[in-house]
Amino acid sequence: MDARVENEMNDVPAGALAPVAEAGWDEPMQVTVEDVAKKFGLTPALHGVSLDIHPGELVALLGPSGSGKTTLLRILAGLDIPSSGRVLFDEDDALTLTVQERHVGLVFQNYALFRHMTVAENIGFGLRVRPRARRPSRKEIRRRALELLDLVQLTGLEKRYPSQLSGGQRQRVAFARALAIEPRLLLLDEPFGALDAKVRRDLRRWLREIHDKTGHTTVFVTHDQEEALELADRVVVMNDGRIEQVGTPDEIYDEPNSHFVFSFIGESSELPVLVERGKVVFDKLPLNIAARGCRDGPARLFFRPQDVEVGSDLSGAIPGVISMRRRHAGARRLDVEVGRAGHRIEIELPSQFEGGVRGRIAVLPRRWRLFPQEPEGA
Amino acid sequence: MAGARGLALKRPSAIPGFGLALGFTLTYLSLIVLIPLAALAIKAASLGFSGFWDIVTAPRTLAALRLSFVISLIAAAINVVFGVVVAWVLVRYRFPGRRLLDAIVDLPFALPTAVAGIALTAIYAPNGWIGGLLDPFGVKIAYTPLGIGIALVFIGLPFVVRTVQPVLEDFEREIEEGAASLGANRRQTIFRVMLPALLPAILTGFVLAFARAVGEYGSVIFIAGNIPFVSEIAPLLIVIRLEEFSHAQATAIAAAMLGIAFVVILLINLIQAWQRRRFGT
Amino acid sequence: MSDAALGVDVVTEDRARSVTTERRPVRIALILIAVAFLTVFLLLPLFAVFSEALRAGFSGYWQAISEPDAVAAMKLTLLVAAIAVPANLVFGLAASWAIAKFEFPGKSLLNTLIDLPFSVSPVISGLVYVLLFGLQGYFGPHLQSQGIQIIFAVPGIVLATIFVTFPFVARELVPLMQEQGTQDEEAALSLGASGLKTFLLVTLPNVKWALLYGVILCNARAMGEFGAVSVVSGHIRGKTNTMPLHVEILYNEYNFAAAFAVASLLALLALVTLVVKIALEWRYADQIAGSNRH
Repeated sequence: MDARVENEMNDVPAGALAPVAEAGWDEPMQVTVEDVAKKFGLTPALHGVSLDIHPGELVALLGPSGSGKTTLLRILAGLDIPSSGRVLFDEDDALTLTVQERHVGLVFQNYALFRHMTVAENIGFGLRVRPRARRPSRKEIRRRALELLDLVQLTGLEKRYPSQLSGGQRQRVAFARALAIEPRLLLLDEPFGALDAKVRRDLRRWLREIHDKTGHTTVFVTHDQEEALELADRVVVMNDGRIEQVGTPDEIYDEPNSHFVFSFIGESSELPVLVERGKVVFDKLPLNIAARGCRDGPARLFFRPQDVEVGSDLSGAIPGVISMRRRHAGARRLDVEVGRAGHRIEIELPSQFEGGVRGRIAVLPRRWRLFPQEPEGA
Repeated sequence: MAGARGLALKRPSAIPGFGLALGFTLTYLSLIVLIPLAALAIKAASLGFSGFWDIVTAPRTLAALRLSFVISLIAAAINVVFGVVVAWVLVRYRFPGRRLLDAIVDLPFALPTAVAGIALTAIYAPNGWIGGLLDPFGVKIAYTPLGIGIALVFIGLPFVVRTVQPVLEDFEREIEEGAASLGANRRQTIFRVMLPALLPAILTGFVLAFARAVGEYGSVIFIAGNIPFVSEIAPLLIVIRLEEFSHAQATAIAAAMLGIAFVVILLINLIQAWQRRRFGT
Repeated sequence: MSDAALGVDVVTEDRARSVTTERRPVRIALILIAVAFLTVFLLLPLFAVFSEALRAGFSGYWQAISEPDAVAAMKLTLLVAAIAVPANLVFGLAASWAIAKFEFPGKSLLNTLIDLPFSVSPVISGLVYVLLFGLQGYFGPHLQSQGIQIIFAVPGIVLATIFVTFPFVARELVPLMQEQGTQDEEAALSLGASGLKTFLLVTLPNVKWALLYGVILCNARAMGEFGAVSVVSGHIRGKTNTMPLHVEILYNEYNFAAAFAVASLLALLALVTLVVKIALEWRYADQIAGSNRH
């Protein structure tokens, strides 16, 4: 079923989109989060986070479980109230609005479709429950529902029940249902978490297309960094109730500003080093690596496995012994033990590399980040 | 006897005792349940259709059957309304005494019907706690069909509550949050989204309460007036016929009761199967 | 709506909570309705039993329950339960063993047949035995000539009681044992245990709480059954009266306090049953699957 619809994905008539985009709010909305904190009982879930979401942006809240990303999303939705702080929708104080009044479109991981209603009835629900003054006619509601079905590429399925749809189709219905109320803000809570890997990838692409066409300000929560980096205009990396870094996917990947972000995004190898008078020293060996403004004292050296060069006589490189070697997609992965304490780092080299287990090797990172070692307990 | 038969029919298994277990089960089942019920069926059949029909359509019989079924339907309906409220309150709210109330819901299951019968009569008789309050207004509960209704509400009370409770407990919060985010106020969310989703469980509880009420005897005969044509329930009529040694009449009424109840239950099971197919479990 | 910082928190806190719950007045109203309904229909009758029972004071109470016919009724009730409950217990074990551990055609039919007594009116449950063993019944005259009396005697009462309590134990065991599957038994067998040992040492411990649960429900119904027993008993005082029947006799003689006194014993039994039931549900919920069905 999905394959058939997937084929349709490639030829969506351009005209189908215009009415929906027009019918919404005139301008995409700006969202401002000011110093929002949330405690559940005595447990803090969010420690005073601040964030600016630009109109029409697609923002990812990325982090491990417990990072507070879902809490922040629910606060934006009006499902939870912060213990302190402000949330502004454009200029308005959003916290004085109930969920119903906020006009946000919510999409959940488990779809939350109304099982006893058809697809068309689900999509039209938000319009049917409006007070009489603002409620469109039955014909109009039906027309809009069918239009949205076209937008999400599920034409013809309006009489089906959710139990008769695949996961990917259900999520698209959930999307259409959220779009039907012309939301100012779209909030997606791990929207693809319940789907197979392949469907997930297809829907990611689809989401980006929909967003580009309709232009809603969109915030989505995910723990999958691949998804965040692929989809978002900007990524908000969160950890332990705090925002670690906000930036474009490139910025997050290439210029992580903390050891958490470096190790959470992409792959990383890490070594404890000492910075002495601007020089980086590992195991009493000076390395050919600039300290780049990192203060003197103990520090952590982060680099990605792919960003190294090796040789037998590289000056200022880290000497080590290969302890394991394997194939990794089209390249060669090596575990190398370095230093007296036997730290293990992982490096990636072209598959032609010949060195074997127990061979000696010297490793020099070409790109790296240095983060000062936090005092004990940080 | 059942051993060889059993081995031929079932999938081979390393676990022993199939023949013994199934043989004993079938024997016991036949002796206690099937043969006695067969006796009923045979006796009813031996009346012939016209004989059966004459007994069942006799005025007194019709009155008793109608009374039993109508009041059972009404009592089950009352239990639906209040049962949903009770289930809702027990699942979704916290208040002092909630656990005690939750426990007491099962009382009609545990309490012997005769005890319930005399207790209810004591309360609703003209000199009872509630009966006494209403008597000055000319409202009589005990010894009238109204009393029967009260007893049947008592007897069916746990059924709706216990079938709705687990469904409510498992109800996804996200569905409610989704409905709210789409603009539905609380009343709309409850009536358009949640109650329809509870309908299968409610129907199940209704059928169970109804089936129990139709056949109920002990809780009813004390509080009913047992006046023929007015407040005489079908089970009582069966007993009366038995005491008159009119076995044929008793059997016919019993068969009619079983038949009608069977049809109602079948209907509702069909509705539920249709729902399951449409909406998924 | 309020502008003061603190005020905003309080008001909006309430509003947030009301996303998935009702406004306070509605909640209170619903709670009151539920409490009132349950009080009037359940608690009131329960109180009435005990309050009426003590109307003649403690001495009257004691007299009522120690009077010979009452004692005979208690003995008969206990006897009937002592036969019916173990019989249905053995049946329940056998049926669930067959259904849960083996595959054979007709399982769902078997399940439906086992549940049959639940849907049959108690009066009809008694009627069928009268049809079989009564003087006008199919086997009645033959048994009469052998000097065996079933109807209007204790055996009839026992049979009718077994009928109405037939499904109780099986209903609790079958779903649970089906859920538990056959792995434990297969493991035991592979380790060399005999069938019987497997059953006693592996299967039974796995279902012991569900078994207890079914037994107490079965017992409560067995001791309290009225309609079916009323039909097959001869209502002979001191001989074929169980406690519920004795209550009826006393009541029909306008001996209300005594009737309620005997009834109160049954009510106490009901309360004990409820307490044990709740305790089992609370502590061993996962080991008594299907306990929400009735």
